[in-house]
Amino acid sequence: MPGKQTKQEAKKPSVHGEASSPSIKDSQFAKQAGADRVSLPRADVDTDELSRLYRQMQLIRRVEEECARAYAQGKIGGFLHLYIGQESVGVGSIAALRHDDYVVGTYRDHGIAMAKGMAAKQVMAELFGKATGCSQGLGGSMHLFDAKNGMLGGYGIVGGHIPLAVGCAFASKYRGDGRVTLCYFGEGSVTIGSFHEALSLAALWHLPIVFICENNEYAMGTPLARTLSVEDVSQKALAYGMQRDRFFARDVLEVKQRIGEAVERARTESEPTLVEVRTYRFRGHSMSDPGKYRTADEIEAQKKLDPLNRAREQLKLLGRTEEQLAKLDEEIEAEVQEAVKFAEESEEPGPEILEPTTYSGPFAR
Amino acid sequence: MREIAYRLALREAIAEEMERDDRVLIMGEEVGRYQGAYKVTEGLFDRFGDRRVIDTPIAENGFAGIGVGAAMVGLRPIVEFMTWNFSAVAFDQILSNAAKVRQMSGGQFTCPIVFRGPNGSARQVGSQHSQSMDIFYAHVPGLKVLAPATPRDAKGLLKAAIRDDNPICFLESETLYNLKGDVPDPAEGDFVVEIGKANVLREGTDVTIVSWSRISMVAMQAAALLEKEGISAEVVDLRSLRPLDHETVLNSVGKTHRAVVAHEGWPYGGVGAEVVDRIQRYGFDELDAPVLRVSGADVPMPYNAKLEQYCLPQPETIAAACKKVLYRD
Ligand SMILES: Cc1ncc(C[n+]2csc(CCOP(=O)(O)OP(=O)(O)O)c2C)c(N)n1
Repeated sequence: MPGKQTKQEAKKPSVHGEASSPSIKDSQFAKQAGADRVSLPRADVDTDELSRLYRQMQLIRRVEEECARAYAQGKIGGFLHLYIGQESVGVGSIAALRHDDYVVGTYRDHGIAMAKGMAAKQVMAELFGKATGCSQGLGGSMHLFDAKNGMLGGYGIVGGHIPLAVGCAFASKYRGDGRVTLCYFGEGSVTIGSFHEALSLAALWHLPIVFICENNEYAMGTPLARTLSVEDVSQKALAYGMQRDRFFARDVLEVKQRIGEAVERARTESEPTLVEVRTYRFRGHSMSDPGKYRTADEIEAQKKLDPLNRAREQLKLLGRTEEQLAKLDEEIEAEVQEAVKFAEESEEPGPEILEPTTYSGPFAR
Repeated sequence: MREIAYRLALREAIAEEMERDDRVLIMGEEVGRYQGAYKVTEGLFDRFGDRRVIDTPIAENGFAGIGVGAAMVGLRPIVEFMTWNFSAVAFDQILSNAAKVRQMSGGQFTCPIVFRGPNGSARQVGSQHSQSMDIFYAHVPGLKVLAPATPRDAKGLLKAAIRDDNPICFLESETLYNLKGDVPDPAEGDFVVEIGKANVLREGTDVTIVSWSRISMVAMQAAALLEKEGISAEVVDLRSLRPLDHETVLNSVGKTHRAVVAHEGWPYGGVGAEVVDRIQRYGFDELDAPVLRVSGADVPMPYNAKLEQYCLPQPETIAAACKKVLYRD
């Protein structure tokens, strides 16, 4: 791509990822892994902001719990991949964005869609296959789209969306619109070619994108150790001369701050970053996965580290009363119930919708 | 005879061939310890171990190509695609390497490999996961493409495919995995089905329905509907898309003089269009009506359950096409 031709050697290593040291931060990383004690967040924390992010996470979780219920009742079909356990990643990272920035994700997309501004009822109606859903009932759970909020979709082919996200960043640089693209994917996507081609080009062309690898330790039933020869995903950035970061997603404000640094780099320097965020999904890969590949003890241990509980405890430490939190829960509950009702009462799309949505202009036969 | 499910028939075929020949191995995502995303390979990891039942990361282009290379130098890999949708990522390996290596090496190298997995729609899994890949592969010289509809053919053809010296795309269907049917007991001896032969699933005199894979079962339901109206339909199940046994199709059309081709894939081009062309090319004088096709709708598959069914061939739509070629609509 013509344009900025920064010399590699001119780049400063970032605070969190020195390009020269492959084993960077492993000791710090190991320490974080055990950091399950809730302590008061940094002094400059904005309680209202934490409360807002907590509310978003809690809303996503409650919406998805209702999705699981509706799925069991046969009201939702196909594949349903829940984000439960990973909410702090989507919510924290999108909190670092401007409204006109772009996000692109996988089939596990309810959380990022809602964090980017999609209403719960639009998600629910889509999953119910209704015409009032975000994609008019044509996409379903895996394919949530919301153009006006910069949600460029959930995609079903592992890794296939990563080059597409780079394309969005390319367009931003081309137009000089100052937007940043966040691209989400699991560690399972790191083994597929399009991941590497996308990173290679994003680095070569200095594009304003942040690659967020949500490393939840399992790609379907395959544990990390059998997916990657080097478990530190962030190291993949080294070969491309790309900045990197790596941390646990336990604290939603930390997610915001760390991703924020990468977003800032993208926006001001037009440089991409690969960020590995360690997280955990509490449910199966999808609703049909019995999850025999991990023990109940492992899941219980992870649930003790639930970022939602952490945020709630922090809010209490910061002075929010039980009453205030209960009121928040009530509001969320009302929103969830309204979403379900809306989805149930909405109309289904008819066949006349199929051709006009396939092509712009006349159908090409 | 004993009745077993399509899924088990496939598993038996793989296990028997692995037992028979150490060069046969299976690789793919979740085929081993997870016991298969759709449980086709259940138990094989425990039986044959990780040398021969190989879990791969998500890298279709990589492991399909590894399979091709291993086949060129003497192994006989079975590569499972979790679904055929994901084979698009590996398309280059199948198209440019597997299908070409024999001819471009002047016949020095063969590529005995089987690519297999479920093809086509499942239930409400949306446009990226519901694609019928039949024609993309049947289009390619150098490949053979099989699409069995019954447990018997699933087993017999998969065994034949594993023994074949050519690259083979073996298209299954998630919606057939639980289908039960007669399959010979292994105790009765080795059972294979010859590649390249269509099968008359049901005899009839008034109209021929040509189909394959899951839609052959839908065609059987259509024939049952037509029978109630006094119409006798013959159902020809192709089983093999390349080679395509037009002899069997033409024999049937010679009897009925009318034909409907039914399939799940899109109408533009496609295996169905090829069948229609062969009927008109070799059997024009036998026809009493133009051949009709019933296909999947010419749009990406929608998620909504009713729209999905609207887009798929139904017994009623196939029966209606049959009445049309009989001028009885
Ligand atoms: C190319 C391709 N191969 C296989 C699949 C089937 N599949 C869907 S999700 C998945 C696991 C992905 O794991 P990961 O990338 O870690 O993301 P997570 O599901 O944990 O969020 C697999 C194998 C697919 N959708 N696309």
